Amino acid sequence: MVLANSGSVLSGPVTLGDVALSVSLVVVAVGISAWQRLGLEGDMTVATVRSFVQLIAVGYVLSYIFSGHGGLTVLAVAVMVGVASLTSRGRAKRVPWSGVIALASIAVATAATLGVLAALGIIPTSAQAVIPLGSMIISGAMNTTSLVMSRLRDDFAANRREIEARLSLAQTSRQASQPWLRSALRSGMLPSVDSTKVVGLVALPGAMTGMILAGASPLAAVRLQLVVMYMLLGGTAFAALVAGHLTVGRLFTDSHQLVKSLRRIP
Amino acid sequence: MKPRFEYRHVRVNGDSGPIVTGFCAVIPPDGLTVMVGPSGAGKTTLLRLLNRLDDPDDGVVLFEGRDVREYDALQLRRRVQLVGQMPVTFPGTVADNVGGDTGGLLARVGLDPSLAAREADRLSVGEAQRMALARSLALAPEVLAMDEPTSALDVANKAGIEQLIRELADSGLTVVMVSHDPRHAELADHVIEVHPPHREEL
Repeated sequence: MVLANSGSVLSGPVTLGDVALSVSLVVVAVGISAWQRLGLEGDMTVATVRSFVQLIAVGYVLSYIFSGHGGLTVLAVAVMVGVASLTSRGRAKRVPWSGVIALASIAVATAATLGVLAALGIIPTSAQAVIPLGSMIISGAMNTTSLVMSRLRDDFAANRREIEARLSLAQTSRQASQPWLRSALRSGMLPSVDSTKVVGLVALPGAMTGMILAGASPLAAVRLQLVVMYMLLGGTAFAALVAGHLTVGRLFTDSHQLVKSLRRIP
Repeated sequence: MKPRFEYRHVRVNGDSGPIVTGFCAVIPPDGLTVMVGPSGAGKTTLLRLLNRLDDPDDGVVLFEGRDVREYDALQLRRRVQLVGQMPVTFPGTVADNVGGDTGGLLARVGLDPSLAAREADRLSVGEAQRMALARSLALAPEVLAMDEPTSALDVANKAGIEQLIRELADSGLTVVMVSHDPRHAELADHVIEVHPPHREEL
């Protein structure tokens, strides 16, 4: 992979002073919110402070890892997977074991996707490659997993009669849930399919934008972006598949019954 | 005669107190057994215990003298067919839904065999209810359990389905029907009265 190492196209590196000056735009946003009585001033202030603290901390952590502590790469990825799993669990609380399902789906998607990229020699196994790409896979897998889990649970609740009719005809829980599993997998993967289709037409994606700002040639930036998009497609597919099958497994008992929380819905 | 099913001190808990508590009853193998009672008495729940869509929280349900939980759930469901209150149609034609010898099965439930090619979701509620029965009969069950099979139907269709239920019971099938209509007790060979759990039992 070609990493940009020529100088930034911006006038030198962005200084903390530059960051402070850019806060003027936040002030404008807060002003608009106050003027239009949007009530977002508090949230905007919190978001600004949080993003500053979080990103500066991440910057220090990454600097530390990149400066000869590459052994911490696996730990860094594991922490990201953990936080993503907790977030996903919070979005699908009504799915039993949602935290474990999220952890398994996101971990498998990340390991499998990074594994393929590394095995094919597309990316080096250095921290500089694995951590940023891993974070993109993880956040994509997190969204997919949340979507698949909550979609399945909601569809099961809404279609209880039909699922139980299928079970009553001696279908297994896998057979009885097939139509909803399929639509949940589709809905989990469609966002990344759609964004892959329109990439570059609607917005220039992040990885490419970053490389261009860092002074790389547009074609090099595009090649990286293509790898990122295809990687995200693969990652979401892995995540959807694992999340879908594990969720179906937790919504039925071993005796091909819906779990109690779904049985009692009128 | 050995009972087909037996409920022994069955309790099923709902979100707020028991739906059924201390329920005991016997379903004989012959003819039509009707479980009557007001809505909220837990009749549907009792029916769902027969094919293990649900399990009791206390007590046991015996099928042929053995706890229903000792059977493989799918084997049990082939032998004990449950038909819901509102007929469920799956995507596809009537033949796709029913499977097996569609023509013969449709005739058995009083439907014109030419309906086999019709899209199932274009049937009337009465036709769909009969199709659901045919779909269950395709599995050659020993027991047919029905939850308020006539409640969604108009008067003419009600009478037709009641007659069909009677015929199926006379053909040697064990038929269990749940109903809040006391009139259905007159159709029955055996009647089980179901009462809502008393306050003092909560």
